[in-house]
Amino acid sequence: MTTIDIKKTALYESAQRPVHMNPKKFAFWIFLVTVVMLFASFTSAYLVRRDAGGWLHFKMPAIFAVSTFVLLVSSAFMHWAYISAKKDNFGKLKIAIAITTLLGIAFLVLQVMGWGALVEQKIFFAGKYANPAGSFVYVFSSIHGLHLISGIIFLLVVFANVYKMKIHSKNMLQMELCTTYWHFLDLLWVYLYVFLLVNN
Amino acid sequence: MAVVEAHTQHLSSGQAHAHDEHHDHHDLPWIRKYIFSEDHKIIAKQYLFTGIFWAIVGGAMSLIFRLQLGFPEADISWLKPLLGKWITPEGKLDQEFYLALVTMHGTIMVFFVLTAGLSGTFSNYLIPLQVGARDMASGFLNMLSYWFFFLSSVLMFISIFIPTGPAGGGWTIYPPLSALPQAISGSGAGMTLWLISMAIFIVSLLLGGLNYITTVINLRTVGMTFWRMPLTIWAFFITAIIGVLSFPVLFAAALLLIFDRSLDTSFFLSDIYMQGQALHYKGGSPLLFQHLFWFLGHPEVYIVLLPALGITSEIISTCSRKPIFGYTAMVYSIIGIAFLSFIVWAHHMFVSGMNPFLGSIFMILTLIIAVPSAVKSFNYIATLWRGNIIFTPAMLFSIGLVSFFISGGLTGLILGNSAADIQLHDTYFVVAHFHIVMGTASFFGMLAGVYHWFPKMFGRMMDERLGYIHFWLTFIGAYCVFFPMHYIGIAGFPRRYYLFSSFDAFKTFTELDAFISMAAIFTVSVQFIFLFNFFYSIFRGRRAPQNPWKSNTLEWTAPINPGHGNWPGEIPHVYRWAYDYSKPGAADDYIPQNIPFSQTPESNLPHEKDEE
Ligand code: HEM
Ligand SMILES: [Cu+2]
Repeated sequence: MTTIDIKKTALYESAQRPVHMNPKKFAFWIFLVTVVMLFASFTSAYLVRRDAGGWLHFKMPAIFAVSTFVLLVSSAFMHWAYISAKKDNFGKLKIAIAITTLLGIAFLVLQVMGWGALVEQKIFFAGKYANPAGSFVYVFSSIHGLHLISGIIFLLVVFANVYKMKIHSKNMLQMELCTTYWHFLDLLWVYLYVFLLVNN
Repeated sequence: MAVVEAHTQHLSSGQAHAHDEHHDHHDLPWIRKYIFSEDHKIIAKQYLFTGIFWAIVGGAMSLIFRLQLGFPEADISWLKPLLGKWITPEGKLDQEFYLALVTMHGTIMVFFVLTAGLSGTFSNYLIPLQVGARDMASGFLNMLSYWFFFLSSVLMFISIFIPTGPAGGGWTIYPPLSALPQAISGSGAGMTLWLISMAIFIVSLLLGGLNYITTVINLRTVGMTFWRMPLTIWAFFITAIIGVLSFPVLFAAALLLIFDRSLDTSFFLSDIYMQGQALHYKGGSPLLFQHLFWFLGHPEVYIVLLPALGITSEIISTCSRKPIFGYTAMVYSIIGIAFLSFIVWAHHMFVSGMNPFLGSIFMILTLIIAVPSAVKSFNYIATLWRGNIIFTPAMLFSIGLVSFFISGGLTGLILGNSAADIQLHDTYFVVAHFHIVMGTASFFGMLAGVYHWFPKMFGRMMDERLGYIHFWLTFIGAYCVFFPMHYIGIAGFPRRYYLFSSFDAFKTFTELDAFISMAAIFTVSVQFIFLFNFFYSIFRGRRAPQNPWKSNTLEWTAPINPGHGNWPGEIPHVYRWAYDYSKPGAADDYIPQNIPFSQTPESNLPHEKDEE
């Protein structure tokens, strides 16, 4: 039985393939589709449930507007990081990634403070006094938060790889994926936030 | 002969390219080769063996509850060594354990055998080999996918043995029954394990699906255009897309149910009284769960069936020595079925209290699915028509699938009428419908696939005679089990009841129920013929030739026992579709996909002359 070195042959073979997109990138996009479907089901469950009546109307605490703004700003820094990587400007790249990461963490802290504000309004996640209207807000933000934590881990990995000189203008795949993921998570939260503002 | 020459010639021309001769000199350790392997062929076999294991467990469970249904008076204390306290002192099956058995049987068969076992085995095995790829897009994620499935299997298996028993609320786990541990013992820890196991299962399935889609789109060999892909690949590809779009929805439903159960939210619960006590849950909607569940649940039945249909297309064409009839129509009907499967889910909820007007819309959409389904059935029959049929066991099982697909699809039309469904919903008529069209049909597809690709998987042949016996006994047995269920369903037998003999109305059907149970015992028993044949042939079977079924697809151009990377030399290029069987003028009755038109001037059609 002969085995061949798949990684080496694949390089040569991929040049002749009918589609030229990097398979890893492609798979990553499909992963994003599954996340979209997850949140699409949450939000449509929200609508179906709301239309069944017995719904509690309340105002979203202002702090969520702040967190949304912070996340939007972080995306701008992410973009800066991406451009710096493309230009091999490593000093700026490191600063930009660091700021993005810190803003991501700030966002999470603000979200938790948002939950605190909700509790003060007597909007609970669970228990005797909870209404699904409120529980959904917690579900949206916590599941999004979990994804954002994975995004932060991804940022840290990229940060480490920048130090190891593994990311530069000739080797952008990881940087591209990370940038896409971060913008995606940003957009996802904006969607959820606007959805909650419009539909509550 | 021309074919063989072309083949060797091709391989040697591959050898001439020095740059693809990168042999792996550092051999992988045993554990990376067979246990934590990234080779799609090994992973496929891991799925196959795990699937077989689960099929045995699920089949055994069905026998236990069929004993109860067919022979309610019988003393089954002899099962005590196996079931322990679930056999009452009077020698009867515990009532709640009966429900748990039904639930686990459904879960195991639908998800672990016919989803993971079927797609996991054949998508993994065939996609790289048939599109001409060295492996899946990401071998690592593929390995991860199997081990998530393994973990989920372990959890589900453990749940069978815990003191409160496994989940008992039906495979559809409707709340409030599944949400409240006070409701039945199966909604206790068993249900928790069920949910965790299924959440992990979904992760596994998504990782698998992601790989299948990426591989089909990105890693096809030169010349393998979409319209030259074998129908197996089309079916696996579309199945994976359905899975990626629908399983996250089940994940969402499971997550919300976990919150309801463990964290006291009320997404699905409202206004519940238990033993005179009002529970605190307010504002939830059990109907919401049904919507979420069936938004996955209906696509899921096609996730189970489509791979089997793809396998059947391939086998029927090969063994009829004829091109598949209506290749393009087959592709479009797969796509059509996939699309429609997302907009018919509420036909499972006609009597759930849903708005009846909505019911009418879903009824129309549901009935439209009959069109692409009928196209497929017609095309199978038209392919067989005047074919030069070779009855291999795989072919018999494929024809069996077509038979079940038709007879089960017909009852779907009856159930799809929202008015008729008022009578038939939740009766054995539904049980008959889906066991025939989904259960048995997909099982037959899976068995057909095993018989057909066994030589490629294990380098040996299965015994044909045992295969024939296995087919006929299973075919007759399965009809004997499921066909009579239509009658008892029309008579009004509700599903998931522990005992019927205590109702006067049902007394007349006692013998029929006993007959079904005997047929079930018979049908399950004859599967041992298959198991024996399968395991015996792995070690002792006749050695397989290069291309035992004289098939056109690429996997048969790989070595009989392909190593990691599938082709030792260059990957073959593809010049034609997969169905050039009995082409007029050709020397042989098949022309593999890697034979260029320039080598077959005698059989080229006018438009193919340009490609010579
Ligand atoms: C002509 C096509 C089909 C139509 C019109 C149809 C219609 C229906 C309807 C209306 C029901 C709900 C019955 C009830 O609960 O009262 C049903 C149940 C079911 N069908 Fe079909 N069906 C079709 C084909 C299929 C196929 C191809 C599969 C699987 C591969 C399938 C699998 C199922 C399953 C699993 C259930 C029952 C689920 C449960 O309640 O546990 N059906 N079908
Ligand atoms: Cu359905």
